[in-house]
Amino acid sequence: MRLEYFQLIDRIVDINLADRTISSEATVPTTSTIFEGHFPGFPLMPGVLLIESMAQTSGWLVVALNDYKRMPFLAAVREAKLRTFVIPGQKLSITARLVHEGSGYAMTEAKITCADKSICDAAITFRVLDFPNSDMREHMRDTAARIGFNVEAPTNG
Amino acid sequence: MSATFDTIANIIAETCDIPRDSITQDSHAINDLGIDSLDFLDIAFAIDKAFGIKLPLEQWTQEVNDGKATTDQYFVLKNLSARIDELVAAKGA
Repeated sequence: MRLEYFQLIDRIVDINLADRTISSEATVPTTSTIFEGHFPGFPLMPGVLLIESMAQTSGWLVVALNDYKRMPFLAAVREAKLRTFVIPGQKLSITARLVHEGSGYAMTEAKITCADKSICDAAITFRVLDFPNSDMREHMRDTAARIGFNVEAPTNG
Repeated sequence: MSATFDTIANIIAETCDIPRDSITQDSHAINDLGIDSLDFLDIAFAIDKAFGIKLPLEQWTQEVNDGKATTDQYFVLKNLSARIDELVAAKGA
């Protein structure tokens, strides 16, 4: 994770278009300016960033399902539950499943575990739109390469 | 009153916390019921599930933006019911 750059996924572990599922992993950094404020003397991974981690993982699934021609934008988060604290250095496993692919929107269910312990979960809605410009699409491709997301042949399914 | 209308009226009432008896066939989902585009995604999701269809929201939006259709054609509930019936019939054809 590079929290300051909003890069909350380290690696795509698996993506399966047939099952419409994805899993990723991310290690919470041991140091970050964010922990200086959240909280002084008691560093915790902010819950909103955990939700963002689930959204980014879900997002790559939606990108893959759209053949990398469109991208998702976070629209709603429902039933978000933050079940336990996450501290610097912990390795997180993030999974998501597509619940529904509508016209111009997608809905997923996502969760995070750490050493098989449930950390958080949520139902997430995205608007799915064309890439706003070619620069954005290339940036996404660069990010995809960094996290091991093979956009040319991304699936097991 | 059609079964389709009853279903979508119940969905709207439950999804948007709007009194069921205030929802009529002539209600415009946006102008009369105050449903915004984000809330309509939840309604579309519930309609897609209930009827086993995929409401073509993007196509409808494009047609309205291009001046080829009015929002009344898709968002007045009796018209929305008719569109849903057409989609269900097309699915079964």
